[in-house]
Amino acid sequence: MAGDPGRIEPAGARPPAIELRGIDKRFGAVHANRNVSLIVPAGTIHGIIGENGAGKSTLMNIIYGYYHADAGTILVDGQPITIRSPQDSIRAGIGMVHQHFMLVEPFTVLENVLLGAEGGVTLEEGAAKARETLQALERDYALEVDLDARIENLPVGVQQRVEILKALFRGARTLILDEPTGVLTPQEADHLFRILRNLKEQGRTVVLITHKLREIMAVTDNVSVMRQGEMVAHRVTAQTSREELAELMVGRKVLLRVEKAPARPGAPVLEVEDLRVTDDLGVERVKGVSFTVRAGEIVGIAGVAGNGQSQLLEALAGIRRPRAGRVTVKGVPVIDPAQARRHGLAHVPEDRLRMGLVRGFVAYENAILGYHVDKDYVDERGFLRFGNIVDTCKRWMAGYDVRPQAPQLQATSFSGGNQQKLVLAREMEHDPDLLLVGQPTRGVDIGAIEFIHRRLIAMRDAGKAVLLVSVELDEILSLSDRILVMFDGHFTGELSAAEADERKIGLLMAGVTAEAA
Amino acid sequence: MSDVWIQLVLLADSTLRLATPLVFCALAGMFTERAGVVDIGLEGKMLGSAFAAAAVASVTGSAWAGLAAAIVFSCMLAMVHGFACITHRGDQVVSGVALNIMVAGLGPTLADAWFHQAGRINVTGPSARFTPIELPLTETIGQVPILGTLYVELLSGHNILVYLAALALPLSAWVLYRTRFGLRIRAVGENPSAVDTAGISVEALRYRALLVTGALCGFAGAYLSIAQNAGFQRDMSAGKGYLALAALIFGKWRPVPAVLGCLLFAFADAAQARLQGVAVPGIGQIPTQLIQAIPYLLTILLLAGFVGRAIAPRAIGQPYVKER
Repeated sequence: MAGDPGRIEPAGARPPAIELRGIDKRFGAVHANRNVSLIVPAGTIHGIIGENGAGKSTLMNIIYGYYHADAGTILVDGQPITIRSPQDSIRAGIGMVHQHFMLVEPFTVLENVLLGAEGGVTLEEGAAKARETLQALERDYALEVDLDARIENLPVGVQQRVEILKALFRGARTLILDEPTGVLTPQEADHLFRILRNLKEQGRTVVLITHKLREIMAVTDNVSVMRQGEMVAHRVTAQTSREELAELMVGRKVLLRVEKAPARPGAPVLEVEDLRVTDDLGVERVKGVSFTVRAGEIVGIAGVAGNGQSQLLEALAGIRRPRAGRVTVKGVPVIDPAQARRHGLAHVPEDRLRMGLVRGFVAYENAILGYHVDKDYVDERGFLRFGNIVDTCKRWMAGYDVRPQAPQLQATSFSGGNQQKLVLAREMEHDPDLLLVGQPTRGVDIGAIEFIHRRLIAMRDAGKAVLLVSVELDEILSLSDRILVMFDGHFTGELSAAEADERKIGLLMAGVTAEAA
Repeated sequence: MSDVWIQLVLLADSTLRLATPLVFCALAGMFTERAGVVDIGLEGKMLGSAFAAAAVASVTGSAWAGLAAAIVFSCMLAMVHGFACITHRGDQVVSGVALNIMVAGLGPTLADAWFHQAGRINVTGPSARFTPIELPLTETIGQVPILGTLYVELLSGHNILVYLAALALPLSAWVLYRTRFGLRIRAVGENPSAVDTAGISVEALRYRALLVTGALCGFAGAYLSIAQNAGFQRDMSAGKGYLALAALIFGKWRPVPAVLGCLLFAFADAAQARLQGVAVPGIGQIPTQLIQAIPYLLTILLLAGFVGRAIAPRAIGQPYVKER
């Protein structure tokens, strides 16, 4: 049931920056928010934590006026207000930095900030004044940004600062940040936290939504936990622990660290020599990398998204033709995905909805994609053996805890975690020698993450080679036996599991190599 | 020498005349498409407003009333497009094509029913059409060699709509790049979510862009039926709406390059008119149909080869739905 919102006392005499009473919201059959109440004291950093799909973003989007609550009251600075659109909440002094930035990429920073707050019919009228205001804001909050740079040329960390500037420029006294660190290196995240503390010192209120326990502990004053659309607990950060929060999030005890025996690497399975790969626009994204993955080990590739990992993975799987270099699996060159599969390569793509599944297909059809020519699934005349296929799918769904266990259901009817488990089952159950896996737990809830991690370790222990590409540093650290860090198409370093830590990897992710550090 | 010069000036002169509807139309399309809505219905709006202009001008005897009717009717068509694509999130290409087909049939049918001139509307009378305007001092400046010819033949003697088209270019560019409305239009075509979260209604903005498009198409249509020609006839837009759209894409959705594209197509059209009946040494007389196809062949060539990668507004063609 809902926790007691009264536990967090308002700081000083100021009324709470935001108070929610009985917010309820449904999207069709999904009950995203159930009778949620929340008090965010003014002048604090308030964390909202919960698994993917717990309803955090929905709740914040309701405060921001992007969605409309079916029921409930919103109070800002102690006054009940009606929020019909973002315009209402901007006027009430609320700003939001969305998980996917709401920036116009070909525009300059200044144009993005001006959009919706132009200050006149022509741009010239507002621009000069805005420039002054922004420079003052940049100074006060250490938010350095070149106002005339184009968004598409800025790194994500800076784009995020633009979003914060945008909100402050509109007079936000309360700033909501939705999963702000997903795209940042640990160092960039620390910079962000400094900015947030700065905002707090100047009397503003910050609401931080995240599913990362580290961030909650590092920066918040209070924390509220959501689970399955409900607000389940409110805590003072200093009086709680990671373990307690994790348990509250999931509703049962969870192991935060994956337990595993030391690796026993065998013969090389995947060998890559001087691989160069270009993207669709012809830009070189992988700039000559060489490495080996052996049987019985997990090699993790860490890096901020967009540093060539996607193109690397696609080239290894045979989906993207490399510009130069050699990729072999057990000595056989990879030519195309079907041929690679025949030689023992399995691939769990980064984007399961685009490459891992066919949305409109049912589960059992998806379960054999890429293996549909196997004799198990198709007879000599080329007809599908439906009985076999459905039975196999059912067996896997039971073994991988895919819920609901309904082979006839369309792929899109499963949650992200269950889709992912279906893809994993398909790729793991065809007895590959090498498993390439990209972002295995993106958009997957904690319970399923634990399961997927244990499966990957089991693959390794069965003597398979596993290559893991992930932007989640925790995941890389807890699974990998060796870690390669990718930056701008190169490997900036290789670390063994024993010597790796967040700080070292963070520096390598930012392109600071061992020699330079 | 001066004979060649005069020929060239006359060629440029007819290029301007032929470019006028294309320029209006391409600039019209620019507003809608930069706002993220595909407008293949430029052709239909132009043809529809040509009909409205001719009908009203022939009844009232006033060209200006005809122009106003053209603008109103074109805006109404644009609103239908908006209702289908913005409010109901229908397919933008299908809606545009549907409008084109509807107008192509409706114009001649109504013209026949109302005016009984076999699907045509003849517009006669001095004030029912926009007539050429003599710029001041043509007598005097005409005496100056070479440049005088330029002034008299090229700059002077067009109807008001040609001059308005020339004015529409800087005005459109200014609106698009220097005003709040333009900033929002460009933003909504690139990332409507950014506009929505900035507290601006995506739907209202796109409707307003469509109104601008409707108005500009009205000018194009009126030019066809009550300035360039003396009346409305079946299919008189003859694909010019599509040509304008091609010029817009050729110009990468930017005003100046798009207008240059229009001028190029108009020049090809003007040149083909002069090439008809000319015997080419060694080949003989080229069939008229082949020559008439030149502007269209040019379109295909340009779009296929010379444009390079035309980067469209990122959100073009996608109805806006809030992410879930």
